Parts: sequence; C-alpha cells; structure tokens
Amino acid sequence: MSQKYEFSFPVEGENFDDAGKVSVEIKRLLKGLGITSDILRRTAIATYESEVNIISYARQGNINIRVTDDNILINIQDSGPGITDIEQAMRQGYSTADDRIREMGFGAGMGLFNIKNCSDSFEILSEVNKGTLLKILINR
Amino acid sequence: MTLSEIAYLLDAKVLTGERYLDTEVKTAFSADLMSDVLAFAKPGSIMITGLTNPQIVRIASIVDNSAILIVRGKIPPDETIALAEELDIPILSTKYILFETSGRLYANGVVGCIKKIEGPESVVPL
Amino acid sequence: MNLTLLAEKLNLMVRCNGNRLGREVSGGYVGDLLSDVMTNSRKDDVWITCQSHQNIVAVSVLKEHAGIILVLGKEPDKDTLEKASREGIPLLVTKLSGFEAAGRIYNLINA
Repeated sequence: MSQKYEFSFPVEGENFDDAGKVSVEIKRLLKGLGITSDILRRTAIATYESEVNIISYARQGNINIRVTDDNILINIQDSGPGITDIEQAMRQGYSTADDRIREMGFGAGMGLFNIKNCSDSFEILSEVNKGTLLKILINR
Repeated sequence: MTLSEIAYLLDAKVLTGERYLDTEVKTAFSADLMSDVLAFAKPGSIMITGLTNPQIVRIASIVDNSAILIVRGKIPPDETIALAEELDIPILSTKYILFETSGRLYANGVVGCIKKIEGPESVVPL
Repeated sequence: MNLTLLAEKLNLMVRCNGNRLGREVSGGYVGDLLSDVMTNSRKDDVWITCQSHQNIVAVSVLKEHAGIILVLGKEPDKDTLEKASREGIPLLVTKLSGFEAAGRIYNLINA
C-alpha cells in the first residue's frame, strides 16, 4: 500500500533567530518516516536554504513537503520581492544580501546553487513584487 | 583523532557532549558563512567556526557534523548550548584562532572535505 | 615565508599584483566576517577567506595584510579585482578548502 505524507510550515520573514528551525523539524519528521540519511541531508539542505531566503528577503513564506514511496516534493512559496534575473540568482556566489545579513554569516550567494545541487529536479517561478515559488523534487 | 584528543591538543573546553568524546574525527570544515558548510561539509566532519549563534547547531544537525569547535575563545550563549544538547551535537571551545586551530589539526592528520580537481570548473565536494 | 613560496607550494593562482608576492608573511588569519577580521587579524597576515565582494580590499589595506587568498574555488568580483589591483593587494585563489589552505600554510610558516 503506497503511503503519502504531507507537512506544511510557515516561515516568518526577518526572523533570523529561528532560521533553520523548520528544516531541523523536517529532518526529524522524515527520519521518523524511514528516509535514508543521504536523502534526509539533501532535503534538509534544500529546505534550509529556502528558509533563509524567505527570512532574508520576503515578508512571509511557506514550505510544503509531500512524501511518497518514490520521492519527496517540496514546494516553497513566498510573498517576497521576486527575483528579477533568475539565471543570475542561480550563479554560485551571486548575492543580493546586505552587510547586515552578511555579518550574521548568511549571504554567501550559494542558496539557489545549493538547492539545485540537492535536487533531482528543480523549478523556479518568480514575479517581481509578487513572490517566488520553488518546486524541488528529490527521488528516494 | 578522537574529540577527546582534539580537546587536549587545542586546550579546548567541552561545553556539551562529554559522552561523545570517543567519536573519531577524520575531516574538518571551517567557515563563518553557513552556506559553504551546507555545500561542502562531509557527514562526520567537525565544524570549525567563530560563530556562536544557534544557527550553527541547526546547520551541524542538517549536514551531520560530528561536533562543533568554536574558536577565538568564544563561549556561545545558553540557547546555543541548550539546542546542542537537544540535538546531540558536542560543542568544544578553544582559545586559538581558526588559522592556528586548522594548522594544529592538520598537522595531526585531520584533512579537509574537498576533493581537489584541476580545471576551471566549480569545486566538486567529496 | 612569503606569498611567492606559498603560491608555489600550494599551486595558488594569482589574480592580481603578482609583482608584490615577495612581501613577508608572518602569520595567517581565517575569517569571513569583516568585523572580526578588522578586530583580530594583524599586519603581514595572509587572509584566507571565501568572501569575494569588494569590501575585503578595504579591510586588507587597513590591516596591512600581505595578501588575500580566496578558497573553495571562489573568484573575486569584478569590482574586487579592480580595487585590489589599484590598492596593490595581491589576490590569489585556490580550489582548496579554508581548512586545507590554513592547515598547510600554518605548517609551512611554522616549519
């Protein structure tokens, strides 16, 4: 019998103190579902980078995870400023972080690059002044 | 090296995780920028950082670091230590700077996490 | 110890001010947080970092570093390269990680 699980987590913009809290919880939940450690790691890295992006740039966002026997599908939606040039944003080292964000240890410009490296497939849809949607698929 | 040998070598305080001092550590990753840890650190590696906020514990948990080694004599706040206790991540603190800490560990056989490749492509993690 | 020798031993690639590599390197500093590097690094240190944006040049000039080594295959931004060239700060890059670079350089300096 095929099992399907779905979890949804809101992420609050500007809340740097809580950065990573959702991803640690996601990892814990998925570990309980028997997901192997490599997949757990990739999932948690992808959601962590997404969390930090929402916190750094958006007012608010949501991370939705659907786990089936075959794969993990992660949808991340935010109501942030959107990405003007997606190709540029994907480049390793490209960052729009300000000094304040850098001094906290974020803003290396690796976020989307890391997410892509952890995914088996990956899609970004973004509209300036409306928000961004990331769709990440990780095969089990 | 074991964590206990690392603590001795670097005159480090064990802030939490005494029960894990026999853990064997073969690799290390140093960073103040957490994205690099996510991109490159190997599971089981020790994270060496000057940051002390709870973020470092969450990251260590996500990438499966064996422990966190804080440098420059910094002592993290209670919330960082509490989170490390909750997530079972040992934290050590040494007075040495990151440069010297790396040097001493390297001289004792601990290696980095990156596979060296020739050519202009971006770095491939191990 | 100087940057010429370090570049040779570690196969570092020089991005600018290759004619200034003879300067004495007396120590090293590893750090990516500028405020920390400003407070704690010293004159004639070689600064090992993965920060590639132009602010690193001002820090190096103020602290009188021997030079900057970018690790993990990072390349300086165009602005960073321009500024470093103007200010006479050698910029070198390596695919090594910060830990490996620091580990090796520390032991070469203290050999």
